[in-house]
Amino acid sequence: MAKLPKPEQLSKVEYKLPGKRWMNTPVEFKEGMYCNGTRPDYLETVDFPNPRKWAPSDEDWKLPENWKEIVLNGMKERLEKYRSFRLFMDICVRCGACADKCQFYLGTGDPKNMPVLRAELMRSVYRRYFTASGKMLGKLAGGRELTLDVLKEWWYYFYQCSECRRCSVFCPYGIDQAEITMIGREILNLLGLNTDWIAGPVANCYMKGNHLGLEPHTIKSNFEFMVDDIEEITGIKVEPSFNRKGAEILFVAPSGDMFGDPGTFTCMGYMMLFHELGLDYTWSTFASEGGNFGSFTSMEMGKRLNYKIYAEAKRLGVKWIIGGECGHMWRVVNQYMDTWNGPADFLEVPVSPITGTRFENAKSTKMVHIAEFTADLIKHGKLKLDPSRNDHLKVTFHDSCNTSRGMGILDEPRYIIKNVCNHFYEMPEDTIREKTFCCGSGSGLNAAENMELRMRGGFPRANAVKYVQQTHGVNMLANICAIDRAALPTLMNYWVPGVDVAGLHELVGNALVMKGEKERTQDLRLEDLPEKEGAENV
Amino acid sequence: MGALFSFVVVILLILIAYVGVAAVGMQSIFGTVVPYAAVLIFIVGVVYRVIKWGKSPVPFPITTTGGQQKSLPWIKQAKLDNPSGSAGVIGRMALEILLFRSLFRNSKSELRDGRLAYGSAKWLWLAAIAFHWSFLIVLLRHIRLFATPIPSFVSLLENLDGFLQIGAPRLYLTGVILLLAVTYLLLRRFYVPQVRYISLASDYFPVFLIVAIASTGILMRYFFKVDIVSVKELAMGLVSFNPTIPAGIGSIFYIHVFLVSILFAYFPFSKLMHAGGVYLSPTRNLANNSRAVRHVNPWDYPVKVHTYDEYENEFREKMINAGIPVEHSPAITPEEEEKLTEPTDDAEIPVGKE
Ligand code: HEM
Ligand code: SF4
Ligand code: SF4
Repeated sequence: MAKLPKPEQLSKVEYKLPGKRWMNTPVEFKEGMYCNGTRPDYLETVDFPNPRKWAPSDEDWKLPENWKEIVLNGMKERLEKYRSFRLFMDICVRCGACADKCQFYLGTGDPKNMPVLRAELMRSVYRRYFTASGKMLGKLAGGRELTLDVLKEWWYYFYQCSECRRCSVFCPYGIDQAEITMIGREILNLLGLNTDWIAGPVANCYMKGNHLGLEPHTIKSNFEFMVDDIEEITGIKVEPSFNRKGAEILFVAPSGDMFGDPGTFTCMGYMMLFHELGLDYTWSTFASEGGNFGSFTSMEMGKRLNYKIYAEAKRLGVKWIIGGECGHMWRVVNQYMDTWNGPADFLEVPVSPITGTRFENAKSTKMVHIAEFTADLIKHGKLKLDPSRNDHLKVTFHDSCNTSRGMGILDEPRYIIKNVCNHFYEMPEDTIREKTFCCGSGSGLNAAENMELRMRGGFPRANAVKYVQQTHGVNMLANICAIDRAALPTLMNYWVPGVDVAGLHELVGNALVMKGEKERTQDLRLEDLPEKEGAENV
Repeated sequence: MGALFSFVVVILLILIAYVGVAAVGMQSIFGTVVPYAAVLIFIVGVVYRVIKWGKSPVPFPITTTGGQQKSLPWIKQAKLDNPSGSAGVIGRMALEILLFRSLFRNSKSELRDGRLAYGSAKWLWLAAIAFHWSFLIVLLRHIRLFATPIPSFVSLLENLDGFLQIGAPRLYLTGVILLLAVTYLLLRRFYVPQVRYISLASDYFPVFLIVAIASTGILMRYFFKVDIVSVKELAMGLVSFNPTIPAGIGSIFYIHVFLVSILFAYFPFSKLMHAGGVYLSPTRNLANNSRAVRHVNPWDYPVKVHTYDEYENEFREKMINAGIPVEHSPAITPEEEEKLTEPTDDAEIPVGKE
């Protein structure tokens, strides 16, 4: 594996442009900047084409004879299926407003990471094969032959885009490179050109219900550990149920929360909250994944994985669904799930059994974000909270790309944080809310072999965290995304040592005063809470 | 490269018109045939392009949400940046089209000593808005030539536009602003390295063309002073489908008209179609209400899935041992038995963890 350069080196980004025009600059595969090619068995599991052993650095990618035809037909089909695609191929004026909005450009200085050029990689081929001027004038009209080099360039750069949609906020026409990347990856998948890190979780999720490939008994035993920890901290034994028919609510979380720090702390927070409310809910080992690496592969694969959620809700006979903290899961729930696998007319419009609030905004999907659910509880005064238990934390909040630009859940988590923490500081305005920067590892880029890319892509985010660390002493980066919880600790260690990462409901769990709990001396990480002045027991 | 090429093409176009009119005397071609053809190509082309876009459906609600969603009643929704209904969408689109709201967000990032800073960058927005609005007003002012009596809104525009009351003929501000703004946009393409790097010949061409159109227009109005009565006669002839070519109109007029015709004919096949496309952009013109109202995909099709029964068949025993409820009694059918005893390569599939 490539050696990761030191932060001092990586932070000296060169934005100088090569003298040669981009069309004449062939792609160069730099170690540390790309993921491994997918193993054949992953593709076989989901019946994807061209399973074989290959490596991106190989000269020969072992493509089918007629690969060019497959790509061009794939483009044609999608131009007819997606207005977004056709329009975005046609109307860019190359004003460059999007250029320095992408964290991968800011972090690498590679001009092909400017959203507009990332799109031009494909647009040039579109012009050559699908427009009259490109067919006649070729290069003069900005057209470009589809060659193996071009295909490799697509692969390299479509897997250096985290589908974060930041560019689309700034584009005067809303051209969304995420959409082009998604379609580009879909086309690459027609040739078996996925990455290992995406195809593996897809195969796992398809067969076992979750990305991590946790089997039902393993899920259960993981939970037992968490239940024990909760008991140690609070003296209360929570009793999560699995695959229980007749529960009122199905709870679906990203599987990352069931396995490994700091996701498990968030998971403990969920369980403590639900226990305290006496909520009639169940987990499912089959629908044990809210996230959807299928959506990083193709729309069809996304739909195939997402199917489980409604199917399981129906089988168990629940009334509605709550979803845990996960970024791309919520982009999928908000923008795709109902269209793919709805209508969920066997469910009821979600009504909080505690407050009676009817979630009108979710009346068709019947799925409520846990931050919406919890914010509503707090607003109605249904939770007893002791924010001073988070006093050892100086918290800032990272908006995940998906929940901010593909949904818009911005103030619910902030409201919760302000109620469970006494020390909350925002990062600079250009780096939060709809302008948030990606963690650098979204859309399935959170592998190990592309670590340099991740650190570079996460540089703008880390930079903003560093700012609040220096100005306010921030030591905790809160978020509502499982990929963040997996990826940000590495990013923080690299760029901003001393800042930890926590899911929102870990902070809730810390502050939640439970009926009959013992005096808390530890937080959810089993770390000692600092002695409280006056030691009053709430 | 692309810039030079586009520049040469525009010069050639000017020469063609000049030679055609001044040397060859093809006034009727350049004064009637070419404009008619151009307008025809424009209309057919634009309709064709818009129909083509319209034929591709919008399978998924992919609104780019630029603010707080509508959720709980006490949380303030960003009604324009994250609209939940048509009123919000109309407002959002109106601001995009009339004021270039997204472009107004533009910022500039700078890396200094390992720290990224973001500053305001409104020049692009200012030049773009100045260019487009003055272009529109200039275009509308031309109606004066094509209608008798002159519609009152056109006279009003002229009065507003010429309020400075300088010179004779009166100086119109929009003409000057148009030329300045488009020159800024052109210089930006030359001097901002990133923009230069991404620019194609087809980005320079319309800008050079518009510079040439605006320049010939200004020359004609303030310096060469073509005979406006004859020009109106020609224009009226065109719109009444009774074309005439009055004598004595200077060549500069024909050059101007030829360049405008080229712009019209070029429009549908170029990036200038952004003017039509912006209305259709699915990230902007959809409400973010897809959890409340189901969005239907017209080409949706059934997909292969892994069902619960298949899952339970694989894991039944493990589930029972772990105390997880199952659908089917533990009695195992022979096929299931076979399946269960099949060697699995579970151990090989790495857990998707850091
Ligand atoms: C609803 C109508 C329109 C909207 C919302 C719109 C919007 C925009 C925006 C936001 C830009 C980017 C900023 C820039 O590069 O200047 C732009 C560029 C441009 N527009 Fe428009 N536009 C419209 C109609 C037109 C029309 C009718 C023309 C006719 C010639 C036109 C010509 C151009 C040109 C040439 C550029 C590129 C300028 C450059 O090279 O930098 N636009 N437009
Ligand atoms: S902001 Fe939009 S129109 Fe401008 S270069 Fe980027 S994608 Fe093209
Ligand atoms: S979607 Fe995000 S990562 Fe991809 S090009 Fe746009 S800004 Fe960059």
